[in-house]
Amino acid sequence: MRDPKIRGLIIQIVLIIAILAFASWLINNTVRNLADANIAAGFGFLSSRAGFDIGQLPIEYSSNSSYGRALLVGFTNTVIVAAAGIMLATIVGFIIGISRLSHNYLVRGLSTIYVEVFRNVPPLLVILFWYFGVLSVLPGPREALELPFSSFLSNRGLQTPAAIFDPVAWLTLIAFVGGIAGSIWLARANKQRLLQTGELRPTLWPAIGMIVGLPLVVFVLSGFPVSFQVPEATRFNLVGGWRVEPEFLALFLALSFYTASFVAEIVRAGILSVSKGQTEAASALGLPRGKSLRLVIVPQAFRVIIPPLTSQYLNLTKNTSLGLAVGYPELVAIGNTVLNQTGQSVEVVAIWMVVYLGLSVSVAGFMNWFNARMALVER
Amino acid sequence: MNSSIKALLGTAAVALVAVPASAATLDDVRDAGQLRCGVNTGLPGFASQNDQGEWQGLDVDYCKAIAAAIFEGDDSKVEYTPLSAVQRLPALQNSEIDVLARNTTWTMTRDTTLGLNFVGVNYYDGQGFMVREDLNVTSALQLSGATVCVQSGTTTELNLTDYFRANNMEYNPVVIESQSDVNAAYEQGRCDVLTTDASGLYATRLELANPDEHVILPEVISKEPLGPVVRQGDEQWFSIVKWVHFGLLNAEELGVTQDNVEEMMDSDNPSIRRLLGVDGTFGEDIGLENDWMVNVIEAVGNYGEIFERNVGPDTPLNIQRGMNALWTNGGLHYAPPIR
Repeated sequence: MRDPKIRGLIIQIVLIIAILAFASWLINNTVRNLADANIAAGFGFLSSRAGFDIGQLPIEYSSNSSYGRALLVGFTNTVIVAAAGIMLATIVGFIIGISRLSHNYLVRGLSTIYVEVFRNVPPLLVILFWYFGVLSVLPGPREALELPFSSFLSNRGLQTPAAIFDPVAWLTLIAFVGGIAGSIWLARANKQRLLQTGELRPTLWPAIGMIVGLPLVVFVLSGFPVSFQVPEATRFNLVGGWRVEPEFLALFLALSFYTASFVAEIVRAGILSVSKGQTEAASALGLPRGKSLRLVIVPQAFRVIIPPLTSQYLNLTKNTSLGLAVGYPELVAIGNTVLNQTGQSVEVVAIWMVVYLGLSVSVAGFMNWFNARMALVER
Repeated sequence: MNSSIKALLGTAAVALVAVPASAATLDDVRDAGQLRCGVNTGLPGFASQNDQGEWQGLDVDYCKAIAAAIFEGDDSKVEYTPLSAVQRLPALQNSEIDVLARNTTWTMTRDTTLGLNFVGVNYYDGQGFMVREDLNVTSALQLSGATVCVQSGTTTELNLTDYFRANNMEYNPVVIESQSDVNAAYEQGRCDVLTTDASGLYATRLELANPDEHVILPEVISKEPLGPVVRQGDEQWFSIVKWVHFGLLNAEELGVTQDNVEEMMDSDNPSIRRLLGVDGTFGEDIGLENDWMVNVIEAVGNYGEIFERNVGPDTPLNIQRGMNALWTNGGLHYAPPIR
């Protein structure tokens, strides 16, 4: 007992037992209360037939599928809109963030207005604005706006021709994957050569050639193995081709532009955090402005940017649940339907919490790994 | 919808730690001095607020009737809790309300697995479809390929799926949580078809910018018996709400109205004497005063008067009695006798 190590261990064990006991008391109590009130409990309902349809199906589902499958559809839709939103928010956020430091008055002013407008409006309003304010006032499907390449924009969403690939199209895919692999190899070889001999060899243009040019040549040689299915107007809707639903567009655009305003501020703060001496030192070494940004400023700014960026990504992921308001079938919307059809509120709320926790922990885990990679390595 | 999530989390939290309120709902209501009644957030004819912020509608009159039966004719002792489709059943399970009168469809699952009891049917409804007139659709069977707007978490959503599947038709659902957002999406052309209970379609059409440009298709695709709901486990309370409902139907059958209820107390008809508590102890048997139905009828009238006042042909909704007539007039309303 005198040994602080053993004492610490005992305290920790006692604490864990206490937490487990509390959790089991909570669960027992819930089950007993539900039984007392004659409310069915348990997760057995997940395998019963759902009986309702879902508008946007990334994976196979019909009204004959189970409630569990329906929730999986919702989860997949959540992941899709979160991933797409994170990408667009990052791109827009970086552009706006760097623009806020621009020497051009107009660019700086416009990006400041952007940040102030989007940062100070609740995300739900931004979503409703896109859904009811922008996408709904588009013309109906029979008067759809015709865009290039037989695409149509209407209040039913964006409809593009669907590409139908012939079997030989996989040759093009192989060429594309090969091009990426070749570019990675080239970049590594060039870097090693730079470190050993100091000789700088071009990487960018050969890489573009391999990733874009090679598949293009294969594509032409194999005789254009693709055909397009063009959307056509029927009595009610445009049918055929690929469709992006307005619910997805509203949620995706709103969350991206909303989160981008925070990302912009984080990027700006990150760049400003690198002391002026670093820029001066870089130019004293004779580095041109582009290179000093890429090799000196940005890598240091990144160490400041990544941790707060992680919380923004988590926020965006959680905000996808606002899709409920415009009928985007994400996890909370589907869960709501399941909950109301089965009455299993405790179980569905538990599923929501576990899934969002898991999703957030995964995003945070990836960003922590990325952060560790970017962290200053002291020699 | 944030509030609905909060409400649900609240439900979960209460289910985790608190024991649901037990028996004696009548005593709780008397102690509180008011009846907590769950109603629709806004459905003209059934439950909506007028310009003065007063609740009115068929379901609201049921809240008033129950309050009048308990509080000796005072129908103002009601606390109305507007609830969304998703919130309504958890709110009742959770004892946030004493009775739910919110055009809720009686189904077996809701009646048996949720710890709830339906007391009866106060409106026989069925699901219908509304479309724009310029689509030239005359039957629901022509709707293959259409985009359909529907509220989430309702029996409507399930009937819709079954109907299109049974008739081998394709459709594209747009499922939104709040009925007002569903209506907005339909009005702005996001979907070709709006579907909900027929009574709701008539109410919704009134609120559209140009009601004449929309038609309600003739098909009724489901049975939607709507009625008040109470928690299981309190037989006395169940009886009170059930017999207020039956009392309203019996009053119409016996010709007892808001205007003539005083005179009717002198009636020789034994059925009327029992209904109004002149003979027998029917009120006391369920824990109320013997003149409980006199109080109810003075406050809101009989079932027929409630119907005419809120949804009948003289109101903007202009709904015929149809299935909702008494059995003596070819309808479905048939109350067990008070004896």
